Amino acid sequence: MNSSKLVGIPRALLCYYYYPAWATFFTELGCKVALSPHTSRKIVDTGVQLAVDEACMPVKLFFGHAASLLDTSDYIFIPRLVGVESRAFICPKFMGLPDMIRAVTPPDAPAILSPCIDLSRGNRTKKVFREMMNIGLLFSSNQHVVRRAYEMANKVQLDSEALFFKGYFPDEIASMLLGPRSDLDSSIPSDLAEIAAMAQERKKKEARVTIGVIGHPYLLYDDYTNMAILPRLSNAGCKVITSDMIPWEIIEDELKSLPRWLFWTMGRRLVGAAFHFLHSGRVDGCIHISAFGCGLDSVVGEIIEMEAKRSSKIPLTKITLDEHSGEAGVVTRLEAFLDMINRRKSA
Amino acid sequence: MKLTFPHMGSIYIPISALFRHLGIEVIVPPPSSQRTLSLGSKYSPEFACLPLKVNVGNYIEAMEQGADTIVMAGGVGPCRFGFYGEVEREILKDLGYDFEMIIIDPPQGRIRPVLKQLGRLVGPARVRDVIYALRLCWEKIAAIDQVEKLAVKVRPLEAIKKQTTKAVNEILSKIDGAETIEATRSALREGLAILRSLPKAEGPPPLKVGLVGEIYVLLEPFANLNVETRLGELGCEVERSIYLGDWIKRHVIGDIFRLRRHNRIEDLAKPYLGHFVGGHGLETVAHTVDYARRGFDGVIQVLPLTCMPEIVAESILPRVSRDLNIPVLTLVFDEHSSDVGVITRLEAFVDLMRQRRGNMGELRECVATLV
Repeated sequence: MNSSKLVGIPRALLCYYYYPAWATFFTELGCKVALSPHTSRKIVDTGVQLAVDEACMPVKLFFGHAASLLDTSDYIFIPRLVGVESRAFICPKFMGLPDMIRAVTPPDAPAILSPCIDLSRGNRTKKVFREMMNIGLLFSSNQHVVRRAYEMANKVQLDSEALFFKGYFPDEIASMLLGPRSDLDSSIPSDLAEIAAMAQERKKKEARVTIGVIGHPYLLYDDYTNMAILPRLSNAGCKVITSDMIPWEIIEDELKSLPRWLFWTMGRRLVGAAFHFLHSGRVDGCIHISAFGCGLDSVVGEIIEMEAKRSSKIPLTKITLDEHSGEAGVVTRLEAFLDMINRRKSA
Repeated sequence: MKLTFPHMGSIYIPISALFRHLGIEVIVPPPSSQRTLSLGSKYSPEFACLPLKVNVGNYIEAMEQGADTIVMAGGVGPCRFGFYGEVEREILKDLGYDFEMIIIDPPQGRIRPVLKQLGRLVGPARVRDVIYALRLCWEKIAAIDQVEKLAVKVRPLEAIKKQTTKAVNEILSKIDGAETIEATRSALREGLAILRSLPKAEGPPPLKVGLVGEIYVLLEPFANLNVETRLGELGCEVERSIYLGDWIKRHVIGDIFRLRRHNRIEDLAKPYLGHFVGGHGLETVAHTVDYARRGFDGVIQVLPLTCMPEIVAESILPRVSRDLNIPVLTLVFDEHSSDVGVITRLEAFVDLMRQRRGNMGELRECVATLV
């Protein structure tokens, strides 16, 4: 049934965390999966045009990526991510994302698949399973096949989290987990061995300076949007550790010093990783990459800055991006920060 | 203990009455002003929304007058508001103030922790006094709502400009001054009579405008640059989607007793927004649908810049507006908002609504002659 349907997945927002799992789910059901192309001027412009002015850049980018899939896909996958752990949420905008996209797409646009993923009120994994089952049944009438696809996706998700903790980046992880499949989007290099070797080499490289980088995945790993901050750091001879590479045990441990339960999953990751960088002496400097108008970061950034001011000697800088950011500005600030760290190091 | 709390519209009236009757010395922050906002913006995170900035300003100005304890509400997300108390405390600590902050969390069915926090405030007050204080507080909330609901009906018809607003201010200060439930009731009765007796001007029936959006900016005239009053003076009868009393009934009382009563209004949002998004985003969409169905001439959404739930609503409102054929104007407020900009846009929007109403009238006449 419907074996050749094409499911489009926008390369934006939490796709950087969940793409391997989502892709696995659909390919197991016999669908083709298309990831939207890497961010480009055109995608930014479309997004800016479609979204309201007040939306943050990452959400505008999402509009652009979703729009780029309209012509080619049979379905577009935009899950409604409410919460992925108990008592914590993703940003409110993620809860309304499928509706925000529906509000601007033409009536004849491909159907939007938007399962509601909500584990915020206790661990209701059964409900999530039911949501995914409903989606799966569009492509296979066999419940066992859907269940198997769901279980495979879960397994891939665990694998990809483990790879994050080992220090790999999302593209590397996707190619390691999905590489051998030929039915996937061509923009992910399928040569598993080569990518893995490159990643190993990157990880082995001796570095005099280690930089901890915190931020939402859609800012850290979108090289177009952030003016390639991570590759620039690598090229400057720095070892990069991102907030996604810090295991949850360490993060939970660091969060114990907060007076109140921080109720955003991404906020917890950012604050926990930042505190770890600031306290452990593992890094020589810490960079917070943020987006203009990010609601979470206004609170989370303040908590991190206060901690840095009060109880750490590790330098911290914040780079705020928006759709008007210029490369020169970002590069200059990055260079100045690295110069300062190098001076401190040799002093 | 000299207690203070942030401003939000007229909420200072019931809250200060409550604490005064519990025997606590209350310092109401000076009315929010440009100075309040400047102080707040100076020390707050740049991208925090306007409410946090004004709160910080309120606290600083109250502490200048000797306040040493702050009461603030908490929350459990996903809107940022839930963490604001913590951030505000740290900002003020950094500035070197010596104070205590009491953050009262929503009970979520567990009243004990809330009572414990309140107990720190109530101290030795007798149960009878506490109950009376709560009743008085409620009485004042209900009175304020009634005055404000009548005022928006009277204002567009007033014969002498700004007379309604002047009267409302006097009535509210009488309600504020009332020390007993009886006195509050009689202040209300007198107030309503005064409003009803204001001279009316002849004119076309007022336009009906729904005001939706984020609760703080909706309820705090300083934050929304008096949008409700200005609309009234431009000849519009305004219905706000949130009044304090309704809100408390639904969210505070409902929350204590875990009455998650099904809210009919939220169903209206379903075709456009299928999930709660924190804050009042869902209500904003739902009320817009409601106003459209009730034949309002237009809807205005107000929100603070970077407000996450309202941005979701804002993204969806153009479709609601198109589908249900009702004009919607979104006004975004931050520390840089100016009177002139807002007035210009309101005037243009009112012109548009008036023109539409004229066209609709002509259309109706056409249809009538055809039939």
